[in-house]
Amino acid sequence: MAEMTKTADASGERGDEDLLSPVPDDDGAPFWRYAARGELRVQACADCGELRFPPRPCCPHCHSFADTWHLTNGRGRIWSYVVPHPPLLPAYAALAPYDVVLVELDEAPRIRLAGNLVSGPDAPLGSVPPGRIRIGARVQAVFAEVNGVTVPRWVLERT
Amino acid sequence: MPGIKDATAVVGIGQTAFAKQLPESEKTLACRAILAALDDAGIAPAEVDALASYTMEETDEVEVAKAVGLGDLTFFSKVGFGGGGSCATVAHLAAAVATGQATVGVAWRSRKRGSGPRPWRNTAVQLPTPAQWTRPFGLLRPADEIGMLARRYMHEYGATRDHLFNVALACRNRANQNPAAMMYDRPLTREMYMTARWISEPLCLFDNCLETDGALACVIVSAERARDCRQRPVYVHSAAQGLPAQHHGMVNYWNDDPLTGPAWTAARHLWKHADLTPEDVDVAQIYDAFTPLIPLSLEGYGFCGRGEGAAFTEGGALEIGGRLPLNTGGGGLSEAYVHGFNLINEGVKQLRGTSTAQVPGAATCLVTAGEGVPTSALLLRN
Ligand SMILES: [Zn+2]
Repeated sequence: MAEMTKTADASGERGDEDLLSPVPDDDGAPFWRYAARGELRVQACADCGELRFPPRPCCPHCHSFADTWHLTNGRGRIWSYVVPHPPLLPAYAALAPYDVVLVELDEAPRIRLAGNLVSGPDAPLGSVPPGRIRIGARVQAVFAEVNGVTVPRWVLERT
Repeated sequence: MPGIKDATAVVGIGQTAFAKQLPESEKTLACRAILAALDDAGIAPAEVDALASYTMEETDEVEVAKAVGLGDLTFFSKVGFGGGGSCATVAHLAAAVATGQATVGVAWRSRKRGSGPRPWRNTAVQLPTPAQWTRPFGLLRPADEIGMLARRYMHEYGATRDHLFNVALACRNRANQNPAAMMYDRPLTREMYMTARWISEPLCLFDNCLETDGALACVIVSAERARDCRQRPVYVHSAAQGLPAQHHGMVNYWNDDPLTGPAWTAARHLWKHADLTPEDVDVAQIYDAFTPLIPLSLEGYGFCGRGEGAAFTEGGALEIGGRLPLNTGGGGLSEAYVHGFNLINEGVKQLRGTSTAQVPGAATCLVTAGEGVPTSALLLRN
């Protein structure tokens, strides 16, 4: 069973040291291992090729248990977003209001990844003013390290 | 196959007070609500042989049965997915009674959500698989997850905050008629709504349900037995649960159309087994943990077309005398938030003719459970 762990470290310069880290289950673990290498990959059926997310043990289309991890180009568009305000967990309250975006991947529009739109790979949550966020905006995955875990973040594509 | 159509009836309802903080324990509140419901029905606790509640209910069957003196139980079930399970508790009992597995069933929910901890603060017991994809990014609370759907819905269909206000106002107006409602003496204005603090943009404080301590219960018996009970029977005409193919967790962002949720699945089954259509529904109790669930559910249950749920709320449609009077006790937004169980009891009150905001001559009522999560629904008639 995957649970969220929360480090008790004192907050650092970016203020994100108390953010929740993903605790993967068996099926999700490869996603985070590839993210640590700076790759945004999604699970694909090794037999029929269908992409699937979230990861699971077998293919709902052909029932194969063989999988591969498809390297995406990391591009997508904002499908929707919210701007949370307190009450929140303390580390998130400290950064609020921040955005959470849902990005639909160019290569598989049914796959929509939750994440944060930031002004650069190392910028904190909330670094893009909410007024600059638009549904449909093109974004690109970047990677940031939080508590020793690499997570995808999103930046606006340069136009 | 005979099915469950009109085979069973709700013959007793009970509830405790609703408040931000009640001194008694959840177990004590559960016992009080259950005994009140049995007393309302005129049925002795020793006759009860079936129970149903939510997996999130913390008082288990053993504790309830021995505290209130129930008889030998031959059927007991719990339904998962939080507020999605509300109507399914009644549906499971209806199925058990209709098939002879039990004769007197009690469904209940007791919760100290008003004075107790907020579930989303417990990061160790989040839904395990979905959580890794959402929580680290600060999508922490149900309000954030539903806010995501709400923003997209507004974008795709031109829904506005005024539409969400229509929902909040209808519920508040009914609560202002209901002395048991937490918001009984607290009117809501458009200005209050539009200037309220944000919870998760685009949702503000008044788009979110209350935090309540309280408990409710109801009693289900066969239609035959119901004719001899103290109260006018309210028949379970149709019932359904809904877990769509390829669904996922609290909300499903990973299918072709996240704005088509479990309500659509439950609705297809509900209407297929009913003699009624949405046009025949006199009053509706629609699960309202968040205002956007109302337009989404109006579409899902077939009261209007896809994308028309927001416009449906215009012109006082949800008020008494409107096209579909909604949540006539005040709902989760303004009466009490007890995982939707108060919507079931309010549906029964309407069909007995005893609601504090009675729809004249109401003969049919739709009650729904949480949309977004795997859900359930009941079609009641008198
Ligand atoms: Zn396959």
